[in-house]
Amino acid sequence: MLALVDCNSFFASCEQVFRPDLRGKPLIVLSNNDGCIVARSKEAKALGIPDLEPYFKLKEQLERDNVHVFSSNYELYGDLSNRVMRTLEQFSPEIEVYSIDEAFLSLSGINGDMREYGQAIRQAVQKQVGLPVGVGIAQTKTLAKLASFIAKKSARCEYVCTIKDTKEWQKVFSKISVGEIWGIGRRLSHRLGDQHIYSAWDLMQQDSQQMKKRYSINVARTIDELNGIPCYGLEQQPEPKKQIYSTRSFSSKITNCTALEQSVSQYANRACVKLRKGHQLVKTILVFASSGHFVDKPYSQSVVIPLAVPSNDTRVIAALARQAIRETIFKKSVPFARAGVGLIELQAERPEQLDAFTAIQPDRSKQLMKLMDEINKRHAPVYFANQGINPNWVMQRNLKSPSYTTKWKDLPKVFIK
Amino acid sequence: MIGCGIFNNDVLIVDRSLNAKHRDIVIAAIDGELTCKFIDLKQHRLVSANPKYPPIVIPDNSNFLIEGVVSASIRFHRACWLW
Repeated sequence: MLALVDCNSFFASCEQVFRPDLRGKPLIVLSNNDGCIVARSKEAKALGIPDLEPYFKLKEQLERDNVHVFSSNYELYGDLSNRVMRTLEQFSPEIEVYSIDEAFLSLSGINGDMREYGQAIRQAVQKQVGLPVGVGIAQTKTLAKLASFIAKKSARCEYVCTIKDTKEWQKVFSKISVGEIWGIGRRLSHRLGDQHIYSAWDLMQQDSQQMKKRYSINVARTIDELNGIPCYGLEQQPEPKKQIYSTRSFSSKITNCTALEQSVSQYANRACVKLRKGHQLVKTILVFASSGHFVDKPYSQSVVIPLAVPSNDTRVIAALARQAIRETIFKKSVPFARAGVGLIELQAERPEQLDAFTAIQPDRSKQLMKLMDEINKRHAPVYFANQGINPNWVMQRNLKSPSYTTKWKDLPKVFIK
Repeated sequence: MIGCGIFNNDVLIVDRSLNAKHRDIVIAAIDGELTCKFIDLKQHRLVSANPKYPPIVIPDNSNFLIEGVVSASIRFHRACWLW
């Protein structure tokens, strides 16, 4: 058996862990630059606040309804996510961290009542981390996902749902739209609808071999999984990253070349940190900047740059990115809204084949980058000055909560009365 | 909580996974506020080490929750380097 453990309204719940006064209150979390609503507490959902709606459109309504609003605090969410995953490791030796707020656990070899085990998991995460989770237990990943969906929707489940024999679930599965199934997107569910396949139950009854010809191998696998035949195993080792992107929208438009260069320099740095973490080198990079769609003459330009020698040196990548901005991308009178750096062709770090005619990585590059990464892990960040000092285009997160668990000065305070 | 050796600006180590036992020092949330008290499980109340503050009877509703047990505390003998 497999369990999918899934945090309820994860970002919103994280904001409540160290703020008991906000528990049971309507609360929302906004995306980067405080653009859209990305998470809502149960109470905010009950008020009918829509998901993924631009914040400015709803500002008045939110104020009227006394909804608490937060900018996204990824430091806090990332740290609490790690705590959840560590807690889950107490319950299974095999765990696949599927996303920031979800994990699959193998329950093979675990005896006893599965429902009780699910409740034990739920209570442990609630007590040890302070976050509410739902648990779906079933034979396959797709069914476990479906079980966790049911666990959230049906009050009777008390956030834990176990699917053993799918034949007993006809009534419930017939009410679940096919689009809710893991791996069936909106477009696919429309196509299935044309064939009168509307519910999870309808899809289960299809012949997987025929559906493979008609749609794809993935649809066939989904059908098999719904019928209790496992097609997807646990992936405990994350795959090496195939591409790394670092892109952001600016909080205010950029019209000068230096600021745009600083921005890509910062994104290059961020991408390179990830690259080194995965022990990889980059062979080709992509640099782009655009004005966004909401101007009279939208402008967008990108440059692909192959590297002579694969590298993970921030200085090399940032210099190439800045050069691309200066020489190709930047255009006067364009108000830039967004830029980014993509490391699009990667390879594993290993003794490289030297080409006699090209320059190699800068001297002692490895040592310098390692030192920088170490310093940045423990202390105030060091960075290259070409990223700009206190630039005014950086992301705005005006309503961010303290980093309770990762910054000493942000430790929650207790008052004694 | 001076009576039990916890002073202003001390750092508390709070273990959420522990179950509170009688006379443990706990962090509790009452009516949305965090507080630090001894827990008296026999008389079902929270007691401050400082007699100046009267005991609080633990309410029987969802507005009360024990957040964790204080397992240790750290004192700074100079201005704290943390903040």
